[in-house]
Amino acid sequence: MKAAITPGTSEPGASMDLDSGGEGESMAAAEISHLRKTYGPLVAVDDVSFSVTEGEIFGILGPNGAGKTTTVECAIGLRSPDSGSVRLMGIDPQADRARIHEITGVQLQSSAFPSKLRVGEIIDMYRSFYRNPADVGEMTAALGLADKRRSYYRSLSGGQQQRLSVVLALVGAPRIAVLDEMTTGLDPQARRDAWELIEHIRDRGTTVLLVTHFMEEAERLCDRVALIDSGRIIALDTPAGLAAQAAGAKTVRFLPSAAVDDSLLTRLPEVTAVEHDGHHIVVTGTGELATSVIVALHAAGVLAQDVRTDASTLEDAFVQLTGRHLHEAEQGAQL
Amino acid sequence: MTTLTLTRSRAPRAPAAAFGSIVLNEARLAWRQPAGMIAGTGIALLLLVIFGEVPAFSQPSGQLGGYSPFDTYIPILMCFSIALIAFIYLPGPLVSYRELGILRRLSTTPVPAYWVLAAQIVVQACLMTATLALLVTVSIVFFGISAPANPAAMVLAIALCMAALFAIGLAIAALARTASAARGLMAAVLYPMLFFAGLYYPVQLMGSVIQDISHFTPLGAAVPAIGESWVGQFPPAQPLLVLAGYALVFGYLAKRFFRWE
Repeated sequence: MKAAITPGTSEPGASMDLDSGGEGESMAAAEISHLRKTYGPLVAVDDVSFSVTEGEIFGILGPNGAGKTTTVECAIGLRSPDSGSVRLMGIDPQADRARIHEITGVQLQSSAFPSKLRVGEIIDMYRSFYRNPADVGEMTAALGLADKRRSYYRSLSGGQQQRLSVVLALVGAPRIAVLDEMTTGLDPQARRDAWELIEHIRDRGTTVLLVTHFMEEAERLCDRVALIDSGRIIALDTPAGLAAQAAGAKTVRFLPSAAVDDSLLTRLPEVTAVEHDGHHIVVTGTGELATSVIVALHAAGVLAQDVRTDASTLEDAFVQLTGRHLHEAEQGAQL
Repeated sequence: MTTLTLTRSRAPRAPAAAFGSIVLNEARLAWRQPAGMIAGTGIALLLLVIFGEVPAFSQPSGQLGGYSPFDTYIPILMCFSIALIAFIYLPGPLVSYRELGILRRLSTTPVPAYWVLAAQIVVQACLMTATLALLVTVSIVFFGISAPANPAAMVLAIALCMAALFAIGLAIAALARTASAARGLMAAVLYPMLFFAGLYYPVQLMGSVIQDISHFTPLGAAVPAIGESWVGQFPPAQPLLVLAGYALVFGYLAKRFFRWE
C-alpha cells in the first residue's frame, strides 16, 4: 500500500504492454503526472502528481473549489488536461476513452436520471452497458435500495438518488471506481453503509479514487490521502501519517488510583513529557501511548481512571498545512 | 504497432443489447409522458376528421387540380404530424437530458452518448409511422379516399421527409443552450414551415413567388411529393432532392455542433 508521489513521466510505450502488466510487479492503477488544467485565467489544477496502487482506496481531500473534481474528471477523460499525463491501468484516457469507460465506474457530483424511469429500469439499463456486470442485488441491498426497484426516480429522496448513483458507478464491476462526494447528503447510517460497501468492493480488488471533503470519511476509508488546496497537493500520506505529521504528539490524561513516580512513565520509549494537572496526570508522547502507559501503571499496581486520549486528526493536519479549517475554506470558496 | 491502432480505435465496445435497453427505456418514457403522443397523433387526426366532415371540403375544385380541399389536406396533415413529433418531441428530451447531466453521465460508460440520440430517433420514428398509418387508414376507411397508388414512392417521400425534419430538429437541439431556447427556436421554424406546407391556406392558390419559395422548404417539398405518389405518380426529383439536401446539411450540423454537456 506504499507508494510515493512519482514525478517522472511515463514512457510512451507504457500502454503497449498493459495486458501483461497486471502480472508480476504490482502496477499503478492510476498514474497522474504534472497535471495542469486552467479555465480561462483560473488555474484549477496546478502540477498535481500522484500514483494509486491497485486495490488501494485513495482519497482526494480538500475544500470546495480546490480542484478535486477537475483532477478526477481529467483522470477519467471527461476533461482534457492542459498539460501533464494520466494513465489508468496504463491507458491514456484521452487516447482510448472506450477502454477507460470499460474499466472505470464513475459517480459524478451532479447527475440525474429521467424522473419517470423506475430504479430497477435504470439499473438494468446501466448493467447492460458492461460485459461482466456486478451482482446488483447485493449492492442495492447494502445501500437500502432493494425495496425501491419499482419506485420512480423522481420519488426517491436526495439520499436515495445519491445511493443509486453509487450503485450505478459500481454496476459494471469496475477495476477503478471514481466516486466524487459519494456521501454528500446521506444521513449518518446511510453514510456508514456506503463506506462498508466501498470497503467490500475494495476487498474484491477494485481500486477506489475517492473525492471528499469529509475528514471522517477520509480517515475511516482511505489508505492514503492527498490533501489538495488551491489546485495543488499540499500533503500526501496515510490519514494517520498526515495527522502525526501535523501535530505529532498524542496525549493521555488520567487520574491515578495511587501516587505515581514520574520516572515510571518517563522511561517508557513512547513518552516524551509528563505533566500534572491537579490530581490528573497528562502524558504526551507518540505511538501506542495509551496502551503502554496503562500497562506500565498496571504493572506497578496503579489503576488509571478517567482516561482521556487525544490524537491529532486529519482536520488538525489540514489546519496546520493551510492555516484554515476545512469548513472555513469552503465558506471562502463560496464568497 | 497493432496495439497502437487498437488503443486508437473508437469502435463502441458496449454490448449490442445495451442499445436495446436504451430504446426500451426511451419507449417507456414516451409512454409514461403521453402528451407528446397525444399531440403528435391526436391533433392531426382531429383535423382530418373535422375537414372530412365539412361538406364543402369534399367538393372537387378546379383550382386544386380537380382534387377536393380534403384530398389536398391529407398529405399536409401527414407532414404536420411528422413536424410536430420531429420538432417538439424529439429534441425536448435530448435538451433536458443534457441540462440534467444525463448525457454527461452516459458519456462515462462504454455506451457512446449518441446511442441515446439514436434510440430517441427509433422511438419517435415508430411513433410517426404509427401516426401516419392511422391517418392513411382513417382517410381510406371513413372518408372513401382510394388507397395510395404508388406506395413505394410514398414510403420513399415520407422517409425523406422524416429524415429532413429529424435532422432539423436535432440541429436545433444541438444549437440551443437551454430547453426554453430550444422551444423558441422550434416555434420560430415550425410555424413558417407549416405555412409553406399549406396548412393555413392552399399553396396552389398563393402567388407564384410564394409557390416557388415553398418548393424549397422541407414541408413545401414533402407535401406534393407525398400527394403525387398517393395518386400514382413517381414524384419528380426536385422535391426529393430538396428533402435529401435538408437531411444531409442539418444532419451534418447536428453532428458537428451537438454538445453533450
